[in-house]
Parts: sequence; structure tokens; C-alpha cells
Amino acid sequence: MKIVVCIKQVPDTKGGVQFNPDGTLNRAAMLTIMNPDDKSGLEAALRLKDQYGAEVTVVTMGLPKAEDVLREALAMGADKAILVTDRVLGGADTWATSQTLAGAIRNLDYDLIITGRQAIDGDTAQVGPQLSEHLNIPVISYAQNIKIDGDSVIVERQFDDRYHVLKAKMPCLITALAELNEPRYMTPGGIFDACKADITVWGRADLVGVEDSNLGLKGSPTQIAKASDKVRKGKGEKVNLDPAESVDYIVGKLKEKHVI
Amino acid sequence: MDFTLSKEHEMARTLFKEFAEKEVKPLAQEVDETEEFPRVTVDKMAKYGFLGIPVPKEYGGQGCDPLTYVMCVEELSKVCGTTGVIVSAHTSLCCDPILTFGTEEQKQKYLVPLAKGEKLGAFGLTEPGAGTDAQGQQTKAVLDGDEYVINGSKIFITNGKEADVYVIFAVTGMIEKKGRMMKEITSFIVEKGTPGFTFGTKEKKMGIRGSSTYELIFTDCRVPKENMLGKLGQGFKIAMHTLDGGRIGIAAQALGIAEGALDRTIAYTKERKQFGKTIAAQQNTQFQLADMATKVQAAQLLVYKAAMAKANQKEYGFEAAQAKLYAAEVAMEVTTKAVQLHGGYGYTREYDVERMMRDAKITEIYEGTSEVQRMVISAALLK
Repeated sequence: MKIVVCIKQVPDTKGGVQFNPDGTLNRAAMLTIMNPDDKSGLEAALRLKDQYGAEVTVVTMGLPKAEDVLREALAMGADKAILVTDRVLGGADTWATSQTLAGAIRNLDYDLIITGRQAIDGDTAQVGPQLSEHLNIPVISYAQNIKIDGDSVIVERQFDDRYHVLKAKMPCLITALAELNEPRYMTPGGIFDACKADITVWGRADLVGVEDSNLGLKGSPTQIAKASDKVRKGKGEKVNLDPAESVDYIVGKLKEKHVI
Repeated sequence: MDFTLSKEHEMARTLFKEFAEKEVKPLAQEVDETEEFPRVTVDKMAKYGFLGIPVPKEYGGQGCDPLTYVMCVEELSKVCGTTGVIVSAHTSLCCDPILTFGTEEQKQKYLVPLAKGEKLGAFGLTEPGAGTDAQGQQTKAVLDGDEYVINGSKIFITNGKEADVYVIFAVTGMIEKKGRMMKEITSFIVEKGTPGFTFGTKEKKMGIRGSSTYELIFTDCRVPKENMLGKLGQGFKIAMHTLDGGRIGIAAQALGIAEGALDRTIAYTKERKQFGKTIAAQQNTQFQLADMATKVQAAQLLVYKAAMAKANQKEYGFEAAQAKLYAAEVAMEVTTKAVQLHGGYGYTREYDVERMMRDAKITEIYEGTSEVQRMVISAALLK
């Protein structure tokens, strides 16, 4: 079995968020990590590898610095790594990103593609499903459990208060939730091997079946008007009242603020 | 000279730091209180290869260098001195002598499971009458057919009851050296469960209370002669070589304890207010912190230099002794100051620095006291 896992290098929000004057993220100034949902997707792929045997290839699109998350993935146990990087791909929104990834993945043999549900810097949850559309394969999103059954996958898909059990024939795409598993750590020996490993670097010329008009900033229908850090909540107010008085107090406050 | 860490070492530090914060730190206080060996943590470290970091891959290890191993012990010790010494004793005192002096059969039989973390290792040199003076050994091994019969006891053995494989030293005869009769010391690999090998009392210690420190008792314990490690009479050399490496591990433990105490003190002094301002705003605090951080940095450079010497040089006893002496004394000084800067709270078990100060003390004592390190260093200077 051949599994492709799409991963993204995202800002580590624990270290604080910084912006460029134009409102876009200043990625160079921030510490970065592997996007948590993607890391769970990689862990799911590695568990399938442990259980059934598989070759796991990780793919990322980003700045040359995104090589760091690929090496981390290799140190966790991935077999191959591909970095898609090119100036013309910069400023991509979800549409241009999924077009780029599709263009890269068309070069590969695969039975299964796993992406994270969403990245913590954009929170769109669009790239995975869009990618499946471009590649014309089924998608099962929000996976909380994945099993292989012959040439199909059986996936538990999270849904509000329950989950759905879905079966899809491979090749297909699954988007993974961070809750899917607890990702493994790297190993020290894995790190040393990963730092020596060759990473395949692809640019625009290596992408298959993609129009220039669908790439980079120019190919992005979404334009960011403004981005901001999370607004910190105030300290709040603590009162000690019995339940009936509490209700009156809360309702009063909500009315005061014209919420109700 | 460039002090920048390589990509490998940066990534390894990230790994060890994350593991220590998530897996080790939450248990540190409980391990100290209950004096229970952190088996769950050891099993997790085994799974991720932390028990065979500098052992070549062909023997089940991770194939990394001594610096990576040192950084592992350092990061673990930042949050828990007990966990740091478990890895240090296992790696430096058991895996290393088998790797350096063992036969191919011994490496396959013992080193491979040790490096994979399937088995835990320990080292038995110290006796009631033989600490700094290793020549004071009383434990004897007598050849009887194809077996050595060992009688005697070893004390203060780290990983004592929890280990599976022990590197043990015993007197196998007397030899003449430079006109003086000396004890001939030989090293053996002894497995747990060997008839005649039992455990005595568990030590009740000031610090590193979760590490299993026991007396090992040998009563007509029969060990196959192929378990002799190195050659007959090579034991003293093996012990000294092993302790040179062990000292780098303990220096890393001391460094980690000092760094952990400094981190907590910086955070605490920024929060604690007296006379209407944080104590970090007081110049006395600032100067204390500056001194602590400078000494910690100097200790780190000595420890890393010793690790690189072990990687690149045949002899590294001098660097190891300097690193261990300085890091241990810095650990004691920094943790003592950390408690002082925490005031009354620092004296309670609610705060980590209380444990760290107790943990720091042992680093000035075991695997060669600070006095022994001074002997080693001055002997090299004056030879």
C-alpha cells in the first residue's frame, strides 16, 4: 500500500502571532510546528504502515524552510519526503494550494491520501476535500478511526453527537482530526537518518495538469482583507449567588449588553 | 570556533524537551514523594530509543553521538533528576563497557536488548569498604570448572532491583605491580535471576528518591566464565574507563538540574511581589540570576566539550572530570540559590526547587566525588 500524507508547517501559536504590515502572517518571524491535524494524519498513516505494511510519502507546499516539518515526519517514520516550493506558488489560498498539491500528487502512485482536517493558521478545512475533487477520488472527512478492508477503507467520521461509519474504495482521501490519535515522538536515530535523507524538491515545472491561472496569489480567489491575533478575553466576573438569583443576574447582564 | 548546534542536535533537543515536559515532568513530584521507580516512563523511553542513544545501530541502538545522549540526560534532569540518572547509569555504566570491552557474543546477547530498552542495566563497583578506593574490593570470584563463583556484596547500586543485566567487579587474585602486591580485579556480566544473586536493603535517600538504589548480594553465585567482561585482571581498567564516560552522564544530569532550577526561579521571581514590586525588579535578584545563568552556561560548555571529546578522542578522562566537578558544584550552588530566591515557599515540597536542591547533592558524590575529580584533574596537570 502506498500512502501520501499532506502536511503543513504552521506558526506555533504558543509563541505569539506576528503580522506583516500588509496584514499577512510574518511566517519568518515565528516559531513553526507541524500542523496538529496533519501530525495525526501522519500518525494514522504510520500506524497503517505498522499494521499492514505501507510506504508513506509526505508532501508539503511552502517556503524552503518547510523542509523542517518533512525531516520531522521522516524522523517519526515516513519513508519519502517531497517539498513543493516555487516563488510563483507564494500567496496561495486554499484553491491554489489544493491545485498545487494535486499537480504534485499526480506524479505519484497512491492508494490513500491523508490530510489533516484543517490548519491552525487558516482553519478553513478546505484543502483536503478540494484535493480529492481535483484528483477525482472519494473523500471521507473528519476521520476518528481508520481501518483497511481489502481494497477499501472503513472510516469512522465524527459528526456532532455521533459518528458515521463509511466505506470507500481506494484510492481515496481521508481528512484526519487531531483527536484521531496521539502522534508518536521522533526517535534520536530517526532524527540522524532524517537529517541525512534526500528530500525531493519540486517546482512549478514539476506540477502535472495545472494551469498557471490556478496557482499562487494570482490564482487565488480569496484575498485577505485583514488578519488579527486572537482578542484576549478579559478577566471576567465571579459572583456567588444561589441558582435562582444567578439566573436573574445572568439574564440582567445579557439584557444590559443587549444580547437578549 | 562555532558553538551553533547542528540540525540533528537541535531536533534531538526539541524531542527530549517535549518528551520531558509531557511525559516526565507531570510525574516528577510524585516519584519523589512515593520513592517509586518510574517504570511507565522507562517503558516509554525504551519505546523511543532513549535507552540506546550512543549505541551503534547494529547492536540495537540509535547510532547517535555522545552529545545527543548528553542532551537527553540534560533535558530529562531539568524536570526530574531521578529519570536522568536512570538513563545515565543504564547507558554509561552498563551499555558502554559491554560495547567497549565485550565479545561479539556478549554484545549480541546483552547489549542488543539493553540498547533496545528491553532490558535495563546497572553497574556494581562500590562496596561498604570500597568507594573512592576501588582497591578496597572484598567481593571475590573464584574459578570452579567452567564457572566463576562470586561471593560478596555491592552497595548504593543505581537501578539496583529494577535492572536485568549487571556489570560487576570482583577480586580474582593477587598480582605484583611495581614491586607491590595488588588485588587483581576482573569484571563480569551477571544476569538478574542467577542463583545466589539477591538484593539487600533499599537505600532511603535524600534525593533522586525514585531511582532504585539497592545492595546486591552474591552468595556462591555461579556465573559462566564466558560472562567475564574483558580479560582476566582488566577490571580496574574497565571500571576507570567506564567511570570516565559515566561522569559525562552525571555532569549532564547536574547541568539539567541546575538549568531546571534556574528556569523555575526566573519564572517565580517575575511573579512574586514584595514591597509593591516583583522580586525580579530587585537588583539583588537580578545579580543572583545573572551569576546563576553565567555559571550554568559555563557548565554546559564544559559538559558538551567532554561529550565531544568522548566522540573524538581516545582519552577523555580529564575533560569528563572537569565537566563533572564544575557542573555538580554549579548544580548545588544554583539550586541552593533557587531555594533562597523562592523564600519560604522554596523550602516546601510544593515547589520543584526543594526537590532539585536535594537531587543536586548526589551529583557531587557519586561516580567519583568532587574530591576525586580534583585528584584526576591535578594529576593530569602535574604529571
